Amino acid sequence: MNLDSLLLMRDELLLTLIILVLLVAEIIMSPKNKKYIIQLALGLFGLYTIISFMPIPKGSLFGGSYQTYPLVHYFKAILATGVFLILLQSVDWIKEKLLPYDFSAEFFILLFASLLGLNFMMSAGDFLMFYLGLELSTMPIIALTTFEFWNHRSIEAGVKYVMLASLSSAILLFGVSLVYATAGSINFDVIKGALHLPLLEIIGLIMIFIGIGFKISLVPFHFWAADVYEGAPTVISNYLSVISKGAAVYVLMTLLFITFTAFQKEWNWIMYGTAILTMVVGNLFALRQQNMKRFLAFSSIAQAGFILLAMLSNNALGVKAIVYFLLIYIFSNVAAFGVVHVISLKTGKENIDDYNGLYITNPKLSLVLMIALFSLAGIPPVAGFFAKFFLYAAAASKGYYVLIFIAVLNVTISLYYYLLPVRAAFLRRSDKAIPYFKSDNYSRLAFIITMIGLLVLGLYSGVFEFISHISNIL
Amino acid sequence: MIEGVSLFEILSLTTVLFFVGIYGFLTRTNLIAMLMSLELMVNAEAINFVAINKYLSPAVLQGQIFSLFIIALAAAETALALAIILHLYRLTENIDVKEVEELKY
Repeated sequence: MNLDSLLLMRDELLLTLIILVLLVAEIIMSPKNKKYIIQLALGLFGLYTIISFMPIPKGSLFGGSYQTYPLVHYFKAILATGVFLILLQSVDWIKEKLLPYDFSAEFFILLFASLLGLNFMMSAGDFLMFYLGLELSTMPIIALTTFEFWNHRSIEAGVKYVMLASLSSAILLFGVSLVYATAGSINFDVIKGALHLPLLEIIGLIMIFIGIGFKISLVPFHFWAADVYEGAPTVISNYLSVISKGAAVYVLMTLLFITFTAFQKEWNWIMYGTAILTMVVGNLFALRQQNMKRFLAFSSIAQAGFILLAMLSNNALGVKAIVYFLLIYIFSNVAAFGVVHVISLKTGKENIDDYNGLYITNPKLSLVLMIALFSLAGIPPVAGFFAKFFLYAAAASKGYYVLIFIAVLNVTISLYYYLLPVRAAFLRRSDKAIPYFKSDNYSRLAFIITMIGLLVLGLYSGVFEFISHISNIL
Repeated sequence: MIEGVSLFEILSLTTVLFFVGIYGFLTRTNLIAMLMSLELMVNAEAINFVAINKYLSPAVLQGQIFSLFIIALAAAETALALAIILHLYRLTENIDVKEVEELKY
């Protein structure tokens, strides 16, 4: 092993370096200079995001426990972009809430550590690396969930999250131990070829699916999502619903499509049932929500159900449909959560009724909200339509027409509730409308980037062609 | 490998331990008791990995290394959970899950 081969894990090494620099900066900076940590972290992470788009060759390290190939590398770059957008939105929150307590450096360190864990989890070549990455990504986020520690709701969200996350990871580990017993190894490549005791291995696979399904918040395991999203700081809800969910979907995809592809007949039925349950339950509960954060939580549960449509296909079309959908989903959900975050920070209001008359007082913000929700709903000129279309195409390639019909019914339901906040903002009038306010330059930049992303990604086909060019991983 | 004890018996023990943990987690309302049930589950898995390694594939030590990592991560998880529970106790003077709940449907 030499330096060149170590550079295969450039993303992770750079991220570790940033974390160390921030740790040192936190120690040596004098208290009155602490506010420059925000600029330092933003600058370093922006640089990292740009560097992460440069190509890395295919290869593996440490006896195959770390693997990298173009698709996973560019997916890491997409996640880094998403985290950068979330950071831009969170600057005013950090300045207002965390700087007085001198917690800003810890916020960045924990967030970057979680992203590091997700990167390792996606590049894992065996279950040990996978489990370590999963835990490294979960634990900092649990700590961040409780960061508004003067607020009872934030602590309660943290307690719920830490308990259920530990339960799900314990169940996942038991599944891993069963798979280890049947295959005699924890390497994905060995497990793929060794299928001695199918029944035990299927039980193990179901337990692993429960563990990952918890992170994606699929329906029997979704109970934590709404409570944690509502109680946690909005920035962290944003991260949970976008970045951590996206990475978990990617890992589930590689596990099912590559490692456990021999059991496709069995897991197809699990996916089929879970997809229907997730879409229906997510949509029906989203209908009756008044709080915007709970509303977006259930909408993100329903979106996870749509992703499972493409999981059924087990072919290259499925891979590119999932990656493209996640790319669009990151942009649209970051924009929607960003609007909720800005309004909740400036006025403390989070209910849909509070948005009445928003268009008159804050026209630009309500336009951003409208485009983001249209993209989540899948209305044509915006990118979300094409993302959903490819998911349907992937499911149709294996002939699941009944499932597609159910999905289309669910999209119709979801149109109703996605249009509720838009109706409140544009058509309703209110005497107590949210007054005009100027959001800071960082969150404006984030909104501009997401809007350009949503409009360009839908109209310009080059991105999808690039994804389909690199997604031949099966 | 232990003389006179088969892998089947060890795996039966760990499976029982695991489901006792799940039962405890679902029925207890005290957060500390729930944490203890979690510990039971994680310990069952640590035994599982060591036993499977020793009986089925003794040449490669993957399972034993894995169980070392499991022990370390379980400790980290418990520390984090205890810190949060302690903070909840400072805020509400109560750690019963049924009584501290504010966020509901």
